[in-house]
Amino acid sequence: MTLAIKATGLTKKFGDVVALNGIDIEVEEGTVLGLLGPNGSGKTTIVRILATLIQADSGSASVGGFNVATQQDDVRNVIGLTGQYAAVDEYLTGRENLELFGRLFHLSKFDAAKRAAELLDRFDLSDAADRGIKGYSGGMRRRLDLAASLIGRPNVLFLDEPTTGLDPRSRQGMWKVIEELVSEGTTVLLTTQYLEEADQLANRIVVLDHGNVIAKGTSNELKSQVGGDRIEIVVDRVSDLAKTAELINGIGSAPATIEEVTKTVLLPVSGGSKAIVDVVRKLDENNIVIADIALRRPTLDDVFLSLTGHITEATPTLDTPKGRRGRKARR
Amino acid sequence: MSLTTQAKKTQETAPRPRMGWLITDSISVSRRHLLKITRVPESLFFALIQPVMFVLLFAFIFGGAIDVGSGGATGYREYLIPGILAQTVMFAVAGITVGITEDASKGIMDRFRSLPMRPGAVLTGHTLASLLQNILVISILSITGLAVGWRIHNGFADAALAYLMFAVFAYAITWVGAWIGLHMPNSEVAGTAGLVWIFPVTFASNIFTPVATMPGWLQPFVLWNPVSCLALAARQLFGNPTPLLGDSFPERYPVELAFGYAFLLLAIFAPLAVRAFKTRNK
Repeated sequence: MTLAIKATGLTKKFGDVVALNGIDIEVEEGTVLGLLGPNGSGKTTIVRILATLIQADSGSASVGGFNVATQQDDVRNVIGLTGQYAAVDEYLTGRENLELFGRLFHLSKFDAAKRAAELLDRFDLSDAADRGIKGYSGGMRRRLDLAASLIGRPNVLFLDEPTTGLDPRSRQGMWKVIEELVSEGTTVLLTTQYLEEADQLANRIVVLDHGNVIAKGTSNELKSQVGGDRIEIVVDRVSDLAKTAELINGIGSAPATIEEVTKTVLLPVSGGSKAIVDVVRKLDENNIVIADIALRRPTLDDVFLSLTGHITEATPTLDTPKGRRGRKARR
Repeated sequence: MSLTTQAKKTQETAPRPRMGWLITDSISVSRRHLLKITRVPESLFFALIQPVMFVLLFAFIFGGAIDVGSGGATGYREYLIPGILAQTVMFAVAGITVGITEDASKGIMDRFRSLPMRPGAVLTGHTLASLLQNILVISILSITGLAVGWRIHNGFADAALAYLMFAVFAYAITWVGAWIGLHMPNSEVAGTAGLVWIFPVTFASNIFTPVATMPGWLQPFVLWNPVSCLALAARQLFGNPTPLLGDSFPERYPVELAFGYAFLLLAIFAPLAVRAFKTRNK
């Protein structure tokens, strides 16, 4: 396997504030690594170091095989960067912006114009190509910004919170584009505070908190740390709790547990939706009144909570098409 | 169509940076700033209005009270125009200070820094665009001067040298503005800080009044002030009135001194600004 990004022991202080406290990161070529963490956890600092914008205080890193501290030109030649804010010139048109960046990538005038037209077309910006950026919507700016970062056909793409502030539809559009880029072989390092986003896009996830890596692995690995699927049954009468647990024990992958305060029975399952049907049937046959029942899959929210003891500080809400159940407060 | 897979570049070193890139990158960046001027023509309009207003104010209102020793009112207008040209070159610096601060605090700076362009080109491009705007303003001011009675009395060669001197000095002094701009936290502060030093440096000079009218303790500063040298040199080259204080070095060699100051400023502030640019936000 070839590593597109390798960072070892990165530290960075801003004044007295420790932004990074010894970070190790490895990203295999052609994969997506999601850097997940709340505001201030160090995600952007990592991206800025890897994209040669700032220097680490200690530790080393290479991108595309080049040292980010000593081979900056080589690194810049193989990367693309899309930051949290659209990094384009407000007064220029979309086309002028892309042509400018193309020229600064040392493409010929002809090639810069051709590449700009290609990208404008690819990102559905052809109609707005000759209008000033000032009139662009937030989604259009982000698309232009992403297009700008692809000018030099980067092998490694840094996306720093690429969908923050976008509406659900624009976010879906960005996800689609990112997935396409990855399928073409681009290595992506993505930062996000949206657990959903990391889940959707990233092959591997690194969870950061206060400049430390607190967990790493695939989405499934992280989720398995907090357990598999569970069925949550809220019964009408407290007196039914024990009987419910006893009745459904055989269906689950482990014994059911009871939470008296919330009148809830929790059953770890492996069968997913089939198990829920069995549970409902069994309880119905025995005349137990169910107030609420749901199949609950652990989210990265649960992962974050179980790792840090607190939920992501920003707790951004995502409108998801899947209509996932809102999380419940746990003791 | 593939977005990324053509021409895989990993493990292959980038083409070695060439000196020519500094030039082409600078041209690309300055083109960006010139496009911006065409998008916001108001900024150019007000950059023009201000010095023209000064010409009219001094030519018709204050000028009558200032004696330059020869030619009465016309003599003063001849004295005034080179001074106004020097003043314009100075005040243009405030614009680049704000422009640089504004740019440096925006996301586009991160984009520039992540490109394999020459980092210095962000500044050389900006200062070049500022120079072109300066040349336009100086041309229009010269025409205004001709309209109020200013004339070029010496030959074409001297006049050309005078304009070259303004251009070189204007370019050099914008680097001071760029350097200041890179140390400002935001464009509001840059707007004030960019002007605060320009006022004393510009007005404690011979641009509007002869040095002889000023208090003795101030005269050495005024004589050696680069702005005075620039104005005096231009007056000599254009053949306009040059009321001298005495026989001091800056009064004997103003042209040499003006060019000398320009190259000195450039030699000091261009590297300082490029360094400040590279280390800003690190």
